[in-house]
Amino acid sequence: MNALQTVVRHRLFWPLVALLVLVVASALKSPTFLEITVRDGHLFGGPIDILRRSSVLLLVALGMTLVIATRGIDLSVGAVMAIAGAVALTQIAAAPDPGSLTTVVSAIGAALVIALLIGLFNGFLVAVVGIQPIIATLVLMTAGRGIAMLITGGNITTVTSQPFKTLASGYWLSLPVAALIAGAFFVATALVTRRTALGVLIESVGINPSASRLAGVRARTIIWTVYVVCALFACVAGFIRSADTMAADANNIGLFIELDAILAVVIGGTSLAGGKFSLTGTLVGTLVITTLTLSITILGIPANAVSLFKALVVIAVCLLQSPVVQHRMRARRRRTAPVPVEVPA
Amino acid sequence: MTDTQTATGTVTLDEARPVVTMTGISIGFPGVKALDGVDFRLFPGEVHALMGENGAGKSTLIKALTGVYQVDAGTVEVDGAPVTFTGPAQAQAAGISTVYQEVNLCDNLSVAENIMLGHEVRRFGVVDWPATRRAAREHLRTLDLDLDPRSQLSSHSLAVQQLVAISRAMVVDARVLVLDEPTSSLDADEVARLFDVVRGLRDRGVAILFVSHFLEQVYALSDRMTVLRNGTLVGEYRTADLPRVELVQKMIGRSLEVLERLEESPKPVIAARDDTRPYLQALGLGRKGSIEPFDLDVYAGEVVGLAGLLGSGRTELARLLYGADHADRGEVRVEGKPVRLRTPRAALGHKIVYSSESRKTEGIIADLTVRENIVLGLQAERGWLRRVPRRKADEVVATYVEALGIRPANPDAMAGNLSGGNQQKVLLARWLATQPRLLLLDEPTRGIDVGAKAEIQRLVADLAAQGMAVVFISAELEEVLRLSHRIAVLRDRRKVAELVNTDDVTTDDVVDLIASAVPADALADGPGAGGTAATTADVVTTEDVDVLRKGDRA
Amino acid sequence: MATDQLTHEVRGATATGGRTSRRWRLDDRYLPVLGTLVVLVAMLAIGGSRYENFLTGRVLANLLINNSFLVVLAVGMTFVILTGGIDLSVGAVVALSTCVSAWMLTHGWPAVVAIPAAVLVGTVIGLAVGVMVHVFEIQPFIATLAAMFLARGLCYLVAPESIPITDPTIVALARTRWGTEDGLVLTPSGLIALVVVAAAFVLLHYTRFGRTVYAIGGGEQSARLMGLPVARTKVLVYVISGTCAGLGGLLFSIFSRSGYALTGVGMELDAIAAVVIGGTLLTGGSGFVLGSVLGVLVLGLIQTAITFEGTLSSWWTKIVIGGLLLVFVVLQRLLALRRT
Repeated sequence: MNALQTVVRHRLFWPLVALLVLVVASALKSPTFLEITVRDGHLFGGPIDILRRSSVLLLVALGMTLVIATRGIDLSVGAVMAIAGAVALTQIAAAPDPGSLTTVVSAIGAALVIALLIGLFNGFLVAVVGIQPIIATLVLMTAGRGIAMLITGGNITTVTSQPFKTLASGYWLSLPVAALIAGAFFVATALVTRRTALGVLIESVGINPSASRLAGVRARTIIWTVYVVCALFACVAGFIRSADTMAADANNIGLFIELDAILAVVIGGTSLAGGKFSLTGTLVGTLVITTLTLSITILGIPANAVSLFKALVVIAVCLLQSPVVQHRMRARRRRTAPVPVEVPA
Repeated sequence: MTDTQTATGTVTLDEARPVVTMTGISIGFPGVKALDGVDFRLFPGEVHALMGENGAGKSTLIKALTGVYQVDAGTVEVDGAPVTFTGPAQAQAAGISTVYQEVNLCDNLSVAENIMLGHEVRRFGVVDWPATRRAAREHLRTLDLDLDPRSQLSSHSLAVQQLVAISRAMVVDARVLVLDEPTSSLDADEVARLFDVVRGLRDRGVAILFVSHFLEQVYALSDRMTVLRNGTLVGEYRTADLPRVELVQKMIGRSLEVLERLEESPKPVIAARDDTRPYLQALGLGRKGSIEPFDLDVYAGEVVGLAGLLGSGRTELARLLYGADHADRGEVRVEGKPVRLRTPRAALGHKIVYSSESRKTEGIIADLTVRENIVLGLQAERGWLRRVPRRKADEVVATYVEALGIRPANPDAMAGNLSGGNQQKVLLARWLATQPRLLLLDEPTRGIDVGAKAEIQRLVADLAAQGMAVVFISAELEEVLRLSHRIAVLRDRRKVAELVNTDDVTTDDVVDLIASAVPADALADGPGAGGTAATTADVVTTEDVDVLRKGDRA
Repeated sequence: MATDQLTHEVRGATATGGRTSRRWRLDDRYLPVLGTLVVLVAMLAIGGSRYENFLTGRVLANLLINNSFLVVLAVGMTFVILTGGIDLSVGAVVALSTCVSAWMLTHGWPAVVAIPAAVLVGTVIGLAVGVMVHVFEIQPFIATLAAMFLARGLCYLVAPESIPITDPTIVALARTRWGTEDGLVLTPSGLIALVVVAAAFVLLHYTRFGRTVYAIGGGEQSARLMGLPVARTKVLVYVISGTCAGLGGLLFSIFSRSGYALTGVGMELDAIAAVVIGGTLLTGGSGFVLGSVLGVLVLGLIQTAITFEGTLSSWWTKIVIGGLLLVFVVLQRLLALRRT
């Protein structure tokens, strides 16, 4: 009973249940869903598909988790993706040899530098000028797509470049490259935040910025860092997304991904009020959202209803996680089996 | 209405019917039982003091009465009828109004609105602003306050805001007025005026529940008192029948001897200090609008006390030394070498640490564990890249939990759930773990119970004896005198004197330095100084008033 | 000593105290709105000097008429932002409202039913959001995001494809114009927007509800301890915002004479931008509904100016709005710093 309670009360319980229900429902409807087959040495199948499709959102959501942990939010990630795609693809298109690795690397480098500048700009507004994150990043969310259009000249630049395309559709060690990239970023972020003190310092700044500063924590630097990291991760996500279509569509790359990313973070149990964060939670949240989109087609629900379905899942998960419902459920359990109250020290 | 001689009350209360009866009240929070079967009665026409140490359950009881908390067990009766309030609005509707310690008003609104919100005068369904403002002004006038009702609340001092809060509480024609530490930001005149108003209300039959840390105020105002300790009821007494010493004993549950021993530590021995070179030297250090340029030397092994009224620049001085604010003139030398303290991190690098007076907002990281809080300073010093190894963290934490007696002794407890005194100890542990050379302590003993206070005082003395330099800020002059080797006196954001704390220095001497010039300064000094003096006088606290009064008596 | 308010002689100060320093501080609250007004006037002046026919009654009237739905949205958004919340659902609710009215009108419902239904759809969604925010303590950002997805999803259920509106009442509303052909004109949509603004102004400044909105923005805990109806007010602001979005949807269907699921994508951001440019702080408690109207007009004017310029590509609109937003938030921040 007690072990069960601990499991049910875990903040990832309901998101995991949602994930499981979606997967099971999909598997029931399409028995081959869980099958993994090998074709040309590459793995194919439902789970692999989920991983591949999750990569873009996971990258964005990872950066978003860190930003949210510092009490912030970054609305500009979608625009950053568009700019990243626009910069990389126009560079490649303009190069004499679009297919060469050097071209691709320098294009990616250029885009990363731009993303770095964007991250610095956002971080400057939040950490130095002291503007609320939501409004500071709204600036680039609005202007960013305009800038991306400016870069592409309003055209949808299409290019052919095998090395760049590999980012989205390539395979390595029989696994999709995109998923591997996202996985590597996930592991690296987890290691850097938890093996160093960065994680706890981010949380400390998120819980109480002024106390953290007085404790000697370089709060400003940390806030600045998370916005830069978030922009860089979004930039990489932009590469993968634009490599998918090989077209720099400034209007549509990463459109509304900031909302999905924030949802993934929240479903994963990180509070928008900042403080404690969970990267694993974000991973679960990302998988829930991706699986949701995927299973809708499998379950034969019209594609139009995706957002309706998404809304229902989000509302259900948020309600179940909400402090009020949790409290009620706990109260009911307490009535049946009273928990001894600790004596104050 | 203004007869101050009725202070101890002559009404035979027991014959009246209580307006509020609380029976067997229990309230628990996760891991803590805040109230355990407490009974409480409040009669019309009395001032009833609720006494107890921090964590005794005073505010919990008040919040149970005003509907902020729901009781787990027990009953609340108003006029003999059981009630269940689910919010302050309902309590107010039943005639129970509350004025909280922290001003709970909206400072983005005008004074008139803050008083009248929810009770605005309306005509044809819309607010009649001129009439509402007139009504607000009337309410202010009953408190002898002559404010412009149109002015924004944020443009007034805390003291004035507190009086506005009281005006608001009276708008509803309360039968029960709860005053939770209402005097903590008022000066002597304002306290006297408030007491006049409270007595007037009492004589009109209002039941007043009064909470204050200041025993003098409690004895001056209350008719009866209820004492709580650790969430349980100790007893209900007539103020006139309970001598102070007994009251304090009942509050802290210790014998008198222990108390006396704690209170009576001798003045520090100055010999401990290393006279060769000051650890820290401030030369003409200052910041515009914050503190005038000052010189200050702090030697290893000595405690320098900062004495002055609230707003005199005590905190501002310490913050400059810590780099929490930027100095715009002067220089700081550490061990003779000029240094730039642009951020707290930089000060930390020079082994200077600062414990803020605002424990909750600038000290504790509530949602981190005790361990993480203690290690935070050490971690900040090392930078994010080099995490403090778990084993070392455990060692450090175990050492200080033991040495400082942090309770609960559980490193994984959330720091936010600890009592004020234990949070203060956690903060001290955070700083001591970095092995500082200079410790800046801003009000380390404020709002914590007597036992913890004595422990912290002793710790400060020990640290200095071991060679640490300490700057000690406290509103309690006795405490400063008991601990310091030297005392720097501040007034109107300026360091005005420095004296060596020899045996013949008394609180009176310091009080003279602090107080003598307060009014004189405003009149005699140049136009610039006059302005500052007036604003400073605005925020004189009762703690300071207390000090002044003690000075008068001696 | 006499500088303090305690001893300050204020009898009759309402008449004479106007020039004290304290009165100046009061004016600080209006500074952001004044800033917006200055920008608006400057834009009009520059536009008038650069382009012919810029400062004509027609252009100015169209500014209001073409943005009437945004004015209504911004008014609703102002309520929410004043309490410190945010409403991301309004764009989707606009779409849902257009879809619902279009669907009802094509399925034989009379306009007298369809028009209120279009508005009520917003009310219901606003109520749902309010309950989520208040009862279940879900952050407004997430709750309104969920509502946004919900409303979009419902749009596709109601109207998978664009439905044209041919109902005579709607057409009549779209065609009606009062005023001279070349001078200032007013349409029913413009009139509705103006009425909504006036109603919001009275509601915010002359009712207890309105003052409670400001009080919650100033400090929710304080407002609760002051015994104000925080719960009811918080739910109501989302109901108002939803209703405004529903009404905005109605105005948009009059404007576009169709119901379409993809209507109003990103419109919530325009509304938020307008409110912020209009001087309302996103932290709540400070701002004016008239400022939000000015904000909408500034946004509309940028679009008009770029149309007049002719050579500029449409994406410059976004860049200019972003830039303007930046300038305004930085200025507001500097103002706030100066005040402390």
